[in-house]
Order: sequence, then C-alpha cells, then structure tokens
Amino acid sequence: MKSMTRALLGATAVAALATAASAETLTIATVNNGDMIRMQGLTEDFTAQHPDIELEWVTLEENVLRQRVTTDIATKGGQYDVMTIGTYEAPIWAAQGWLVPLEDMGEDYDVDDILPAIRSGLTHDGKLYAAPFYAESSMVMYRTDLMEKAGLEMPDAPTWDFIKEAAAAMTDKEGEVYGICLRGKAGWGENMAFLTAMSNSYGARWFDEEWNPQFDGEAWKATLTDYLDLMNNYGPPGASGNGFNENLSLFQTGKCGMWIDATVAASFVTNPNDSQVADNVGFALAPDNGLGKRGNWLWAWNLAIPAGTEKADAAKEFVAWATSKHYTELVAAKDGWANVPPGTRQSLYETPEYIEVPFAMMTLQSINSADPTNPTVDPVPYTGVQFVAIPEFQGLGTAVGQQFSAALAGQMSAEDALAAAQSLTEREMKKAGYIK
Amino acid sequence: MATEHSKSAARFMIAPSVLLLMAWMVIPLGMTLWFSFQRYNLLMPGMETFAGWDNYYYFLTDPAFTAALFNTLFLVVGVLVITVVGGVLLALLLDQDFWGQGVVRILTIAPFFVMPTVSALVWKNMFMNPVNGLFAHLFKALGLQPFDFLSQAPLMSIIVIVSWAWLPFATLILLTAMQSLDSEQIEAAEMDGAGYLSRFFYIVVPHLSRAATVVILIETIFLLSVFAEILVTTNGGPGYASTNLTYLIYAQSLLQYDVGMGAAGGVVAIILANIVAFFLMRMIGKNLDA
Amino acid sequence: MARKTTATRKAGVTALAWIIALVIFFPILWTVLTSFKTEAVAIADPPVWFNFDWTLENYATVQERSNYARHFMNSVIISLGSTLLGLLIAVPAAWAMAFVPGKRTKDVLMWMLSTKMMPAVGVLIPIYLLFRNLGLLDTRSGLVVVLMLMNLPIIIWMLYTYFKEIPGEILEAARMDGANLRNEIIYVLTPMAVPGIASTLLLNVILAWNEAFWTLNLTAAKAAPLTAFIASYSSPEGLFYAKLSAASTMAIAPIMILGWFSQKQLVRGLTFGAVK
Repeated sequence: MKSMTRALLGATAVAALATAASAETLTIATVNNGDMIRMQGLTEDFTAQHPDIELEWVTLEENVLRQRVTTDIATKGGQYDVMTIGTYEAPIWAAQGWLVPLEDMGEDYDVDDILPAIRSGLTHDGKLYAAPFYAESSMVMYRTDLMEKAGLEMPDAPTWDFIKEAAAAMTDKEGEVYGICLRGKAGWGENMAFLTAMSNSYGARWFDEEWNPQFDGEAWKATLTDYLDLMNNYGPPGASGNGFNENLSLFQTGKCGMWIDATVAASFVTNPNDSQVADNVGFALAPDNGLGKRGNWLWAWNLAIPAGTEKADAAKEFVAWATSKHYTELVAAKDGWANVPPGTRQSLYETPEYIEVPFAMMTLQSINSADPTNPTVDPVPYTGVQFVAIPEFQGLGTAVGQQFSAALAGQMSAEDALAAAQSLTEREMKKAGYIK
Repeated sequence: MATEHSKSAARFMIAPSVLLLMAWMVIPLGMTLWFSFQRYNLLMPGMETFAGWDNYYYFLTDPAFTAALFNTLFLVVGVLVITVVGGVLLALLLDQDFWGQGVVRILTIAPFFVMPTVSALVWKNMFMNPVNGLFAHLFKALGLQPFDFLSQAPLMSIIVIVSWAWLPFATLILLTAMQSLDSEQIEAAEMDGAGYLSRFFYIVVPHLSRAATVVILIETIFLLSVFAEILVTTNGGPGYASTNLTYLIYAQSLLQYDVGMGAAGGVVAIILANIVAFFLMRMIGKNLDA
Repeated sequence: MARKTTATRKAGVTALAWIIALVIFFPILWTVLTSFKTEAVAIADPPVWFNFDWTLENYATVQERSNYARHFMNSVIISLGSTLLGLLIAVPAAWAMAFVPGKRTKDVLMWMLSTKMMPAVGVLIPIYLLFRNLGLLDTRSGLVVVLMLMNLPIIIWMLYTYFKEIPGEILEAARMDGANLRNEIIYVLTPMAVPGIASTLLLNVILAWNEAFWTLNLTAAKAAPLTAFIASYSSPEGLFYAKLSAASTMAIAPIMILGWFSQKQLVRGLTFGAVK
C-alpha cells in the first residue's frame, strides 16, 4: 500500500510537470457536426504539408462549445488557437477586437470567391474576421414517396398553407409517420432559430425600431399558433425536446413526412449509409405567406483566430487550409461531392460535378434568398435573420425559447407563452439599457 | 488527555485544511460578492459600472426564481424520499440469506459508479425517448401511447434518474448499519410476541436512524447542486419546469454571460444553502452525538 | 440479523433479490449491449437482446475520433492525484479533531461540510479568471487542486468518523512508552486507520472521476479527462445510440471495474461512523 501510494504520488508529480507542450501545437475547438468530424479525419493532408504543426482537437457539442469558447475569449483565457464560431458571434467579437483579422491567407485562397451573403456577415470594418467552413440556410426536406401517396405535389416554393395541407395528408400516426418534424427544443440556436425565421415570413419581428419587443403583436400570435397547430396535430411525440439532431434521426428512420431545417441536413438524409429513406427525399424552398420574406435562415460555422494567441501564423495556415478550394477537392476525392462542406464558395456551385448533387442548387438558392441586413417585412434596428446580433440575444433567445417550448409541451397556452416572452424581453431590454 | 502541548499541535495539524478551505471559500466568494454589485456582461468588457442592488433585484424578481426554488426543493426531497425508503427496503432484502449475494450486491451498487453525464444521456436517449426509447417500445408493445417523459413530467423524470444513481449509496450504508443490528435483540422481541412490523418499527428503524441521517446529509450536499442531469436532459425546461437554482444561475451567468446577475444568484444560493446547512447540521449534530 | 431460513423462503428471497438487482443494473447492461450493435439494430423495435451480429465497429469509430488513452490517463491522474493530495492534508486534521477535540471541533467540521454546498456555477467566472492569471487553465495540476478542495470536506469527515472509533487507550499506552506525536501517527495510528483511509480513497476517487463541471470547464485539450470525452458524444448527428453506448461504456468501465474489485474496502468506509 505504502509503496503504491508513493509511486502514484510520483506519477502525479511527473505528469503535472510534463504538461509543457511544444511551441507549434494548435488547439482547435470545434463543434461535433459531421463535417467537422470529417475534417478531423483528413488532417493528415495538412500535417503532411506542415510537419512542424501539430493539431489538438477539442470536439464538443454545440452548446457546450459555445459556452467554453465564449468564456475563454471574453476572459482572454488563451486556451484555444482556432475556434469554431457562428455568424452570430463573429461580428460581435470582431467589434470587441477579440479576433485576428484574416488577411494574407495565401495566394490561392481567393477570398472573393466566398459567397457575398456569407462574407458580409463575417466582415467588420472591411476586414474578414472569420473564414466560413460551411454555410447553411434552411429549406423543406420531404419524402417524395409519401407525397405521392398523399396525391400532392410539392412546389419549388411552397406556402405555409400548402405545408399544413401536406402535413395533414401525410400523417399516419398508427404507422408512426408524422407529417411534419420541426425543432421544439428550447434554445436560441434551436427552436428560436426556426421560429424567428418562420416569424419573418409572417411579418413579425423581435423589436420595433425603438427596441420595443413585439411579442404582443398579431404577427407573432399567428406564427406561434400555426406552429403549435402543425406540431400538435401532425408532429412527433416529444417534439418539445427535439433539436436538429433528434429530428435528423427521426427523418432518417422514416418517421417524418416533411422536415424544415438546415440545408446541410440534405447530405445526411440522402446518404444511404445513414438514412433509410435516402432515395426518396425531395427539396423545396422554405415556405412563405406571400409577404415577401421566406421562413429560411442563414448560418455559417466559421473558423476564427482569437487575438492574443502566440501561434497566429500557424493558426492562419490551418484556417486557410480548412476553408480552401483544395479542402473541398480533398473531401470530394475521398467521400464524394455530396459530402463537401457546402454553401461558402461561388466556385463550388460552378463545379459541374457538384451541380449534379440533388440538393446543391436548392441550397444555393436558399442561401441567396436570405438577407441578414434586411431580414423582416417591417424595418428593424438589428441585423441577423434568425437571431438579433446583440450580445444579450443568446440569453434572451433561450429564455423566450423556453416559453415556446413549454407551450409546445402543452404546459401553457400560446397567449401565455407570448405574454411571458413579452414581459421577460422587456425586462431584459430595460436591464441592458436599450429601453427606459 | 489533551495537554496544552497536544492542543497546539492539533491546531497546527488542522490549520492547513482550514486555511485551504477558507481560501477556497473566501476568494471566490469575495470575487462573487464584488461582481454581484457590478453591471458586468462578459460580452461587453470595459463597460463595468457599479450596479447597486440591481442584480439582486432582477434575480429575485425573475419569475424563474420562485420556480427554481420549488424545483430545487422537490428535487432534493423527492430523491431523498425515494432513496431512503427504497434503500431501507432494499437493505432489508439484501440482509436476508439468499444465493448469489456477492453478484447481487455488485449489480445493485453499479449505478453509483456511472458519471452523471453518462447516466443522463443513456436515460434520455435510450430509455425515455418517446420514439426510439426502450420505454416507448414497451408502451407500444402493451398497446399504449408512448409517454413523453421529459416534456410531460420533466422534474419527475430527473428525480428518477438522480435516484437511480443514489439508491445504491443509500442501500450500502443502510445495509452496513443493518448488519450491525444485534440479532439477539430481535429474537428477544420475537419471543415476546412482537410481529414483523412492530419489530421493524421499534427496533430496526431506530437503529437505522443514524445511518439514514448520514445518507440524508451527504445526499443533500450533492443534490442541492444537481446540474449535469438537467443540462443533458431538459435544459431546465419546458418553460421552467425543471430549472433548479444551480441551473438558473448557470443560465444567467453562462448562457447570458451576465456575470453580475449570475454572481448575485450565486450569493443568494450560498445564503440559501447555508440556511439548509444550518438546520441539517443541527439535526445531524444531535443524531451523531447520541 | 441473518437467521435460519427455510429453503422455500430462501428461494423466494433469492428470486426477488435477483429481479430487483437486474432491474437496477439493467440500464448499464443495455448500454453495454447496445455498444456492440449497429446503429440500425440499436433502435430496432421490438428490441433485439442478444441475437444480433456483434460488432466492434462503434468502438473503432470512437477511438478514431478521440484520443481515449489520453482522456483516460487524465482521469486517472486527476482523480488519484486530487484524492492523495487531499488525504495528505486531511489525515493530520482528522487525527487532531478525533483525538484532541476542542469546543469548536464539531463546528469546524460542519463548517467544512457546508463549503461543499457552494454552487460551483456561481463561482465559475471568478475561478476561471484566477486560473488564467495563475496559468492553470487546461493543466492537470490545476484540476488536481480544485477537485482536492471540492472533496476535502468529505475526506476529512470520513477520516474523522474513522479515527474517532479508534480507542484512545491505545494512544495513551503508546505515549507511556515514550512515543512522540510523529511516531504515534506512523506506528500506532496508521495501521489501525488503513481500512478507513483505503475506503476514503476509493470513494473520493469515484467522486473525482465523475465530477463533470470543473473538469469540463477548466480544460481544453491537454488536461481533459473522460467527462470531456463524453461531452463530444452528447448530441451527434443522425443515429448515434450505438456510438453513444460505446463511448459511455468506455467512460464508465474503468471506474466500475475498480469499484467492483474493491467493493469490500469501499463498503467498510461508507459507514461514516453511522454504525456503532
């Protein structure tokens, strides 16, 4: 016992001393999405070109990742050299001076090739602060076989009324087929991403031009009521706990007739290795109500370099590699064109092989139809399609999301949820000093 | 037997622990107190100003606060009742003579070794999921509509998950206590014509009260700060249905990055925890001295 | 209170005990079984029990994605290191409290336990800033210290209840023989206290192993233990029950095996002086 104790103590001390790492190890924080995990598997290509750089991956679930990197960058903790961040964080962080501007990314990087809608969201004072790894909008994914069985035909640009009709026709609860699957799990990046985008097409907005919350308006009421009707009548059980991933597995196992969600899901639901319905999936633009805005969002996962890292040059090498045209070709060669990270570069949509991919052009159209600088029917003081680009929004969006999720779970009525959302948003905006 | 010499030596030996814990308590507590009077959002550095009692005002008047207070109470009491009652019954059973005692004991204590994150993930996905979970399959096999545990009964589901993890702990301590029960006493009572129930209530229960107190104390310490199970399964929802105090503070300080308000919540929670601690300690102190 | 029982009674008790034990153990068993299935089989309805093509594919996938060995080593070092460090500090304190009790001893002990009730989330930002300034972020030494402080009250209390049951006369006798304080601890007390120390060690290794808040928030890559490893599987895309099960099994197996092998020692210490 005694000698064992001593040995263990010794081991602890040695291990504690041995943590000093070599100079060129990059610590990269990423989200556990399929595309990111694929990148981890392809890093040999990078390390072969840069034998002096070693990569350390920290792969985390989205919410944990966001909390970790935000805490770290705001306290200047310096634990990461490359961070995966969203379009929501990029402009806020850039304005704080927390990120290294991505200039001189190498000759063949071709920064002008990045889609304008995406690039504008990542630019601050004319400089790019984060490089898009993949970008997404949202669209309708539906089962062509079930649609046919229901005797309906999905238009390329459906209306919400059509979605309701189709959901009713496709639902077969006995056979465990639910007409529509939508996000219900509370979170600003989960149910609120969907609901905010949906509300845009209903003419609703988070704030008026004086930053007064608008949840007491008719447009939000119509949005939430329709959403609840759809989900209660034609949605799967437990929908208030479903986020992107839960819905993805529902769709892949053939339990959803339609699913309105991120365009990146298209490559997962059409991949026969993972999806039982791979051969029967069709795509359409997100629905609208004839008000001039569609219910689709715009999002990109980007790589950024925190200011203050001592390894900015090596980090830049890595970011350039991971978001380059070369990386796209690498994935195409290994896993096929359908699996390349979509939505970031114009040149990808000019590649003949890629245009062949069934969801390619629908993704591009969806991305191009979203306008983060002018997201709503009525004017608003903020940018962002499915979010409001102010620091308070994360907490606010999640708190409102909780109310709507509770409404979906049947714990409160739509009216009560909206009233609660209104009062808590007013409180927060008062506390933060936007309104008096 | 305590001489002056040994007394000072004793102080010297206790000092490191006391000083360390003092530092561990005072430094973060001091910082927390300081932040709680600041308007400090992590995402807006350089904007810190003195906030007076604003953070406390907003935290205490938050509709989620009352809900969180009750949820915390239900969670702690619920798990305590299930594990102590269940633990006593299970200990009674395991104390009997039967085949395979060793293996049975190994199987029953296993949940105690499972990380909270893992147990929450497994319960949420593989059991309580209303479409692909095992319970859903079971309900369907019985011709019933699958029950959506985490959105229809979120707090109850979390109580079940947490109880599963703590039941073995309670059982073990109670079982050890039961094994030390004087069997002659029982036999004497039996000869006096006492029935099984009265033997249980007049001999076994008083004997176990000390062990039960210990179980309650230790579990309360951990149950007050249940966090991972909620984060993984329900995120405190739907609404505030499964938000406890710990989770609420997390939501304030790490989802909203409102360090000031999170700190105010932390101070409130520390005060509440100390009130609980005060009563608990008196109860324990009385029972352990006896 | 084991008494003579009839064979039928014994059979009945055996059946009941086994059924309950299996119910309690079932979630773990199911997780382990699922980890050897393919994703499609993992969600099959009706569920498949044993009759499937066992595959190690999930373990391979998990291993490919994460550096399990490193997370495992970090978990071992952090949980053992923090517990041993804690014991080093706690043994003298508990000894003093048990054998030279003052008027305040019980209060001090209770105060120590109450520090454990401080909600960790409330002080994350202060601790994070402190760690950054001390250069302790993402280091095993930093975590060893934090987890030691987290568990110190429990360690002291467990040891205290143990030491209190060692009869004082033995120490008196040793003192008569001229043993000084140091010798008293090393030669007289330690041998008697070894079972108590061993069980304290085991329980606290388990607690430290399963601690998921500080270990996740104060580490990035280098010092991240198994709790961080599991965090990357908590909500992956598409079908993931089998992979989740494999990762879960890998995260809990080491500590469970340790727990099973040492359950006798563990149980002896779990009494907290509750047994007289």
